[in-house]
Amino acid sequence: MPEIYDLSLSRVAEGLRNKEYGVSEVVESALARIEATEPKLNACISILADAAREQAVRMDKQGPQKNQPLWGVPVGFKDVICLKGSRTTCASRFLENFRPFYDAEVAVRMKEAGAVVLAKTNMDEFAMGSTTENSCFGRTANPWDLERVPGGSSGGSAASVAAKQVFAALGSDTGGSIRQPAGFCGCVGLKPTYGRVSRYGVVAFGSSFDQVGPLTRTVEDCARVFAVLAGPDAKDSTSARLDLHPEGLPEQDFVAKAGRGRSEEPADTLKGMKIGVPDEFWESGLTAEVEERCRDILKKLEGQGATLVPVSLPNQKYALAVYYIMASAEAGTNLARFDGVRYGRRAENPADLLDLYVSSRSRGFGEEVQRRIMLGTFVLSSGYYDAYYRKAAQIRRLLLRDFENALDLERGGCHALLAPTSPCAAWKFGSLSADPLTVYKMDLLTVTLNLVGLPGLALSAGLGRESGMPAGIQIMGRPFDEAALLRLGAVIERLAPGLGEPAGI
Amino acid sequence: MSDVRSGPCQWETVIGLEAHVHLRTASKLFCACPNKFGGEPNTRICPVCSGMPGALPVINGRAVALAVQAGLALGCAVNLHSLFSRKSYFYPDLPNGFQTSQLEPPVCSSGLFRLEASGGTRVNPEIRINRIHLEDDAGKCIHMGSSCSMVDLNRAGTPMIEIVTEPDLRSGAEAAEFMRQLRKLLMYLDITDGNMEEGSMRCDVNVSLRPFGAKEYGTRAELKNLNSFISVRAAVEFEEERQKEILEAQGAVEQETRLFDPESCTTRAMRSKEDAPDYRYFPNPDLPPIILTQAFVDKIHGSLPERPEKRRERYVETLGLHDEEASLLAASAALADYFEAALALCSSPKRVAGLILGELLPEASRRSVAFADLGFSPARLAHTVTMLEQGKVSLKVVQDLFSELLDSGESVEKLAEKKGLLQVSDAGALEQAVLAAIEANPAEAADYRAGKKKLLAFFVGRVMRETKGAGNPAVINELVKKHLGA
Repeated sequence: MPEIYDLSLSRVAEGLRNKEYGVSEVVESALARIEATEPKLNACISILADAAREQAVRMDKQGPQKNQPLWGVPVGFKDVICLKGSRTTCASRFLENFRPFYDAEVAVRMKEAGAVVLAKTNMDEFAMGSTTENSCFGRTANPWDLERVPGGSSGGSAASVAAKQVFAALGSDTGGSIRQPAGFCGCVGLKPTYGRVSRYGVVAFGSSFDQVGPLTRTVEDCARVFAVLAGPDAKDSTSARLDLHPEGLPEQDFVAKAGRGRSEEPADTLKGMKIGVPDEFWESGLTAEVEERCRDILKKLEGQGATLVPVSLPNQKYALAVYYIMASAEAGTNLARFDGVRYGRRAENPADLLDLYVSSRSRGFGEEVQRRIMLGTFVLSSGYYDAYYRKAAQIRRLLLRDFENALDLERGGCHALLAPTSPCAAWKFGSLSADPLTVYKMDLLTVTLNLVGLPGLALSAGLGRESGMPAGIQIMGRPFDEAALLRLGAVIERLAPGLGEPAGI
Repeated sequence: MSDVRSGPCQWETVIGLEAHVHLRTASKLFCACPNKFGGEPNTRICPVCSGMPGALPVINGRAVALAVQAGLALGCAVNLHSLFSRKSYFYPDLPNGFQTSQLEPPVCSSGLFRLEASGGTRVNPEIRINRIHLEDDAGKCIHMGSSCSMVDLNRAGTPMIEIVTEPDLRSGAEAAEFMRQLRKLLMYLDITDGNMEEGSMRCDVNVSLRPFGAKEYGTRAELKNLNSFISVRAAVEFEEERQKEILEAQGAVEQETRLFDPESCTTRAMRSKEDAPDYRYFPNPDLPPIILTQAFVDKIHGSLPERPEKRRERYVETLGLHDEEASLLAASAALADYFEAALALCSSPKRVAGLILGELLPEASRRSVAFADLGFSPARLAHTVTMLEQGKVSLKVVQDLFSELLDSGESVEKLAEKKGLLQVSDAGALEQAVLAAIEANPAEAADYRAGKKKLLAFFVGRVMRETKGAGNPAVINELVKKHLGA
């Protein structure tokens, strides 16, 4: 008999609906798992045990609610998501004691779906980083090897889900912050199409890049959480006013599609499907073990009837530079509101107004955040704007054109593109932290989707031969067609070798 | 020519002006907080206008419509595609660390304002408008001595337009007159409440001098935050003298930003060109471009009211109103529309104007509401006028009952009937009262008969008092004459 925390989100939600166990039992099981694993992982910044227990008692009294698909399911939120009355820190000293008086729209939707928020998870400060080492609450360990990074910036969410502390966690993805840690920790992570999920109440990093999405243990779980999150929000002007899937299918259908064929896979499941293999992604210095695992998936998809098509995205070579220019420019101004005047850290006894700003911000922000602010300030400076920001914005459009060409079905384009999520598996703590530029380069395969706003689903392609760590693969697809990604993801999930239990815990 | 060029002065003053105008909308530019002056500090704020983490802006469509309306009234081209940018600087009253403004393209460009001649201006000069853009206002710092400042964010997020002219103004008087006439036009259109004391309109003025006949502009100084017509004029005139002295001593004017001190009527340097902040403008990624359809712009264009000058003329010439009445009615398009709507349903322009100016507006101001909020429809006003015309009620009774008329929702004759104040025109009923008044005032009656005909009003007044204002004065007049002799 497995422990409750071992079950998938879909299974535990079903069990709760059928009253196989109560919410309190589920919450206690998850809390026990957190207690057992947290000393090794440090995946959570805040554990909301009391609130969750109280909520569980209330819910059990009331009984299962039909219209709440996540009724009673314990989940985690990356600590960048505002939760009314709860500390929301962004893993920054600046917001160490900040309690928002409003909920992020995604928090509202998760609560309305019946989810129980059990933890606020660790992250790189203000989502800047890809290792979760840049946190004022200490780094998070990878459940597969406690000496290795979980990826980032949603590393706490990925580690928590992989270690079965929670059944799902929300992350945010500005340049790969959901997909890369999902790949590193062997879980499933979806970055939705830009505009698909409301950004209201999610502390902004790169406003034209950020998207919130789920990290889960299975593709089906991912679809269930995504169905709760997706949809227009009048409070976010960049939210797409799309209620329906492009094919005219309601959101709820994502789940059915993702879950399809849990039984045996017929050999021609993917007959007629064209899968693009972008050269620029596969020839970018992948480690042998990552390439091996991911190519193996390609081979298996071919075996299911899919056609592999070589694809070229000529502007991909500029993606990293464009990303760091534009995302830093947006970040620099997004973080300007943290001035020590209204909330957050304020320097004591500043000499004057300038000192208030300089001291509050110098002490409140970590090194990486300060680096990005300086980068962002520089590229927008008078005399540099045309050379950096304007040029980057132009290339961003060209990149989108590359993807439109590759995915243009009417002109023989692909249904989806496939690539590894990172050139390598999770690395050891400290091995790259002295060299920020090398760490930036590790984002090479994920930043592009944020630049073009397209959706990406990351999942594990199996364990690497050398490191024994999960190797991540990502499916990139057409705008607002997350359903297609989830369908293909479900197939890959069945074809990929099983991972077993995380070895580190 | 005007007095600008008189005297020994060989310098021509060149002025360009940036007017900041608060828009009259119900809510702020990017959130649902009320757009209202004052209030207890920090009571009209929300996560969006107080710059809380994660909060996002949503554009107020009404503000865009008002900006377009202002642009059309100033003969501008409306840009169907315009963009919000972030303008970055730190100040405690600026919650996000950036102002959301427009750089390129703004909502309107290249217009023209024909200044009506007035004292100190040239003859009807044409002032080109460079652009109009939308932006949000900051909050306010309240300094409590040297070691403590407080921030009030009630004003943060107030929708504004900035109207930027070309350097086409030539004197302080002209700059002040431009602001005055601009304010009048924008108030007429109900785009702004135009309240200068509350900061609803203020301007920055760029002043430079050049020798008469020169093509090139001189180096300019920018005078910040002028909030009265007097300040505009005084600041420019001080600056003219200051720059003239420098130039005549063969010196060079420095490009700088200066502050005007209304106490001493002088300006002082605030920051030089080198210290000018780098605002690092870039497109605000939280706000998609403003995309307008030509149909939307055409609709606003089509609904632009007749210009106030035209209307005033028409009221005087074809309706026979006094100049002053006509000006007051034509000061606001909404008021003039109301007047015309009521007039369409009855037949006395004089009486309609009289009731609006004599009763409706004073009552609105007593109650501190806009006249439109009194909820007195043009139809009810017209009906009241008709009742007056038909002699059903007297003007006195209407005046006395006006406040009740607003609150009750009943027609004026119903209300008068309830109170026994319907006008009595029946000579038989009034004759008693007339005879009683004559009998009670024998001395006056004797004087009247002796030729002091002015006493007619005295007797009519007595009878009116007796009938609580319900007697028809015309009928009473006749009766008094009948009994005392014409």
